[in-house]
Amino acid sequence: MIDLIPLSYETLRLLWWLLLGVLLIGFALTDGFDLGIGALLPFVAKTDAERRILINVVGPVWEGNQVWLIVGGGAIFAAWPPLYAVSFSGFYLAMLLILVALILRPVAFKFRGKIENQKWRDLWDWALFIGGTVPALISGVAVGNVLLGIPFGLDDTLRPRYEGHFFGLLTPFALLCGLVSLSMIVAHGAAVIGLRTEGPTAERARTYGRVAALVAAVLFALGGLWVVFGIGYVVTSVQDPLGPSNPLRKTVEIVTGAWVKGYAARPWTMIAPALGLAGCLLAWLGMTVRGWKTALLGTSMAIFGIISTAGLSLFPFLLPSSLQPNASLTVWDASSSHLTLWTMLLVTCIFLPIILLYTAWVYRVMRGTVTATTIGRNPNAY
Amino acid sequence: MIDYTIVDLSRLQFAATAMYHFLFVPLTLGLSFLMAIMESVYVMTGREIWRRMTLFWGTCFGINFAMGVATGVVMEFQFGTNWSYYSHYVGDVFGAPLAIEGLMAFFLEATFIGLFFFGWDRLSKIAHLAVTWLVAIGANFSALWILIANGWMQNPVGSTFNPETMRMEVVDFMAVLFNPVAQAKFVHTVSAGYVTGAMFMMSVSAYYMLRGRHLDIAKRSMAVAASFGLASALSVVVLGDESGYVTTEHQKMKLAAMEAMWHTEPAPAPFTVFAIPNAQTRENEYQIQIPYALGLIATRSLTQEVPGILPLVDHAKTRIRNGIAAYAALQAVRANPKDDAARTTFDANWHDLGYSLLLKRYRDDVTKATDAEIEKAAFDTVPNVPVLFWSFRVMVGIGFYLIAFFALFFWLSARHKLGDGRALLWIALFSLPLPWIAIELGWLVAEYGRQPWVIEGVLPTFFAASGLTLVDLAISLSTFLVIYTVLAIIEVILMVRVIRKGPADRSVLEDTPGGSYSPVGVPANANR
Repeated sequence: MIDLIPLSYETLRLLWWLLLGVLLIGFALTDGFDLGIGALLPFVAKTDAERRILINVVGPVWEGNQVWLIVGGGAIFAAWPPLYAVSFSGFYLAMLLILVALILRPVAFKFRGKIENQKWRDLWDWALFIGGTVPALISGVAVGNVLLGIPFGLDDTLRPRYEGHFFGLLTPFALLCGLVSLSMIVAHGAAVIGLRTEGPTAERARTYGRVAALVAAVLFALGGLWVVFGIGYVVTSVQDPLGPSNPLRKTVEIVTGAWVKGYAARPWTMIAPALGLAGCLLAWLGMTVRGWKTALLGTSMAIFGIISTAGLSLFPFLLPSSLQPNASLTVWDASSSHLTLWTMLLVTCIFLPIILLYTAWVYRVMRGTVTATTIGRNPNAY
Repeated sequence: MIDYTIVDLSRLQFAATAMYHFLFVPLTLGLSFLMAIMESVYVMTGREIWRRMTLFWGTCFGINFAMGVATGVVMEFQFGTNWSYYSHYVGDVFGAPLAIEGLMAFFLEATFIGLFFFGWDRLSKIAHLAVTWLVAIGANFSALWILIANGWMQNPVGSTFNPETMRMEVVDFMAVLFNPVAQAKFVHTVSAGYVTGAMFMMSVSAYYMLRGRHLDIAKRSMAVAASFGLASALSVVVLGDESGYVTTEHQKMKLAAMEAMWHTEPAPAPFTVFAIPNAQTRENEYQIQIPYALGLIATRSLTQEVPGILPLVDHAKTRIRNGIAAYAALQAVRANPKDDAARTTFDANWHDLGYSLLLKRYRDDVTKATDAEIEKAAFDTVPNVPVLFWSFRVMVGIGFYLIAFFALFFWLSARHKLGDGRALLWIALFSLPLPWIAIELGWLVAEYGRQPWVIEGVLPTFFAASGLTLVDLAISLSTFLVIYTVLAIIEVILMVRVIRKGPADRSVLEDTPGGSYSPVGVPANANR
């Protein structure tokens, strides 16, 4: 069976590393603006009418957007089972927080408009605010912790054990990463608000969005500097990219500045952090001149650049271990089997283009400015 | 090493969140098809009332769907958070159908659900109808892939254990895909969902008829629901997945436990209608049986035997001993990959490796297990007999009641007598919870009946949990308990409000002036 697979195990692992990035970026680009708008809701929209405008910008598409996260989780499970096992159980309480946010968000959309009572609606506005802010912040904190290394180990049956606790996640560097993520997501949400609404909501979004874009740029640069002088991980033994997925067959050392060494070896990868910074600045510029499409292009570039930077810095690591560095998970020893990666690649190559097509069609159908009038016309509006 | 309190709490959390999630999914499956049918009638006949029906049931669908999405995310993440060794051990096989579910089904359903609600005035009639059907198809494909994943837990085909990576790996995806247990489960489960949707529609319509409100919509909805419900209720029982139970060892154990059949009966075995199973004495204290019935249902033959619990336990002992040989060989192979003799022993016995893990409850080095420990581990393969026996009987009882119920209303509908007898309408109203009860019991039979295995014959449940702390689980369990309870109350209140308000009496889309928004477009019946 394996002999019939036209791509090598090494190629498939690399492709699935890229696809993991594609899914995470897809999530941040689509669901990201839902989260950003949720985080901006209390600040950008003051009246019920304004809040309904923002909510109905997201209304027709949030369900589809959220599937990027579901598929991201499923793809990690299918393509990188050890990563799924270790990270989800290790970040237990952080995951619970994200889950609570993701439980409250869908019901908030649906339930809010069903009763005309200000207290009721304020309650769900809070849920939307928390549901937007918490996942954006925690995801960044999680990435920060991955860069620092996670206190996990594997016994010789590959059973994970975890020796950290929730508050241990909140280190200064991880919080910095959390704020990068939050400001990036907020800027993205602001750009969409500007593009899809008019009047006071767009103006307020412009104010917050410009600040968020600049904050994202500054903190991202600061994070880069921190990494230069901070710790990273290096594989010190030869790893066979075609070998079995057993993370205990290599040696790893903790080295200062290791995360930037890859950029020296592969200078073209510098394009990712450059894109991240340029995107933030372009977003700021776009919002300043009220060029909302430019702003959205900027925030999208920023998301693409910043997430790619995290992935490229870690390469070939997926999840370094601070407790037992040799047990760190890498692209070469934490994947599914050759056959599973191949099968999943086929499925993805068939369905991802179809998904992109119909998602684009839905966005096209729902294009245009959302106003009180367009909402009034639809009895199903939120 | 393994903390059994953590295991039990993790099981409780998974069971509670799964059963809660499964309150919403069946209604989504059923209502989505019923809405698609109604909208099809609208597009074909051009009669406005069918669109109003689609809109109204769509509002109920939306509230329910949001809860399904909210609680579904939890399910996907929980394998990783609470069952990390499971995720490592079988992720190579089990992760794939979950990921494909997202790519092929849930994306479709979730992307078009937004257009279903927001696209009425932006799409042509045909395009909107297509959107509604895509939502329904997406929902059903979702069920297919989830049940392929679940079917593999019940009957782990197409895979083998890899000593180098210490996990199960796929060797034949087609076998996983066309797993007979998964196929049987799929038909059985989605049919049960259709019955739930139909019953929801019947009960709400009956409520309107009793109140003398919205008769036009109520009668038509009831007619559609009665025929759809009858077909689905027949499909649930006739294509019930009992036929799937004869395929594998533990499925046989589950069947024997469901039937409280301690000893193998001569074929064809009788069906026990009533019994008081005693798990201590391993006998039934009192029983009423129908001769031949079980053998016919379960094996579809007159000569094939249905094995009883105690003979299966004896067989488990053999498998545990083989498993110990596999376990010892595995250690040898891992210490020295060139040890060909050990490799041969392992290859001959790896199918029973999981059985040796049952001994981990009693000692860490399973190769030193005593006969008494093997005996105990073998009896661990027996699920909770009284719970399975009664859950199954209540489920089947409800199943037959629902066939009769829908047949009666189908007959009334064919004779244009729907709504004639008030007593019947009250029955329809109060039958509302029955499909949910049957479905939850069905889940219990399938998953609680799978114990002690999380993957049948491969991985014991207690061996699969994450090494979390008591504090972790106390926090997560209480969080879910509080949030889910509050949301359940709100969901019911909102559903009741929407139903009380009822459908709009005229088409809101055309007649409502911009700005005067109302969630279900009600002003017309506010004066009733």
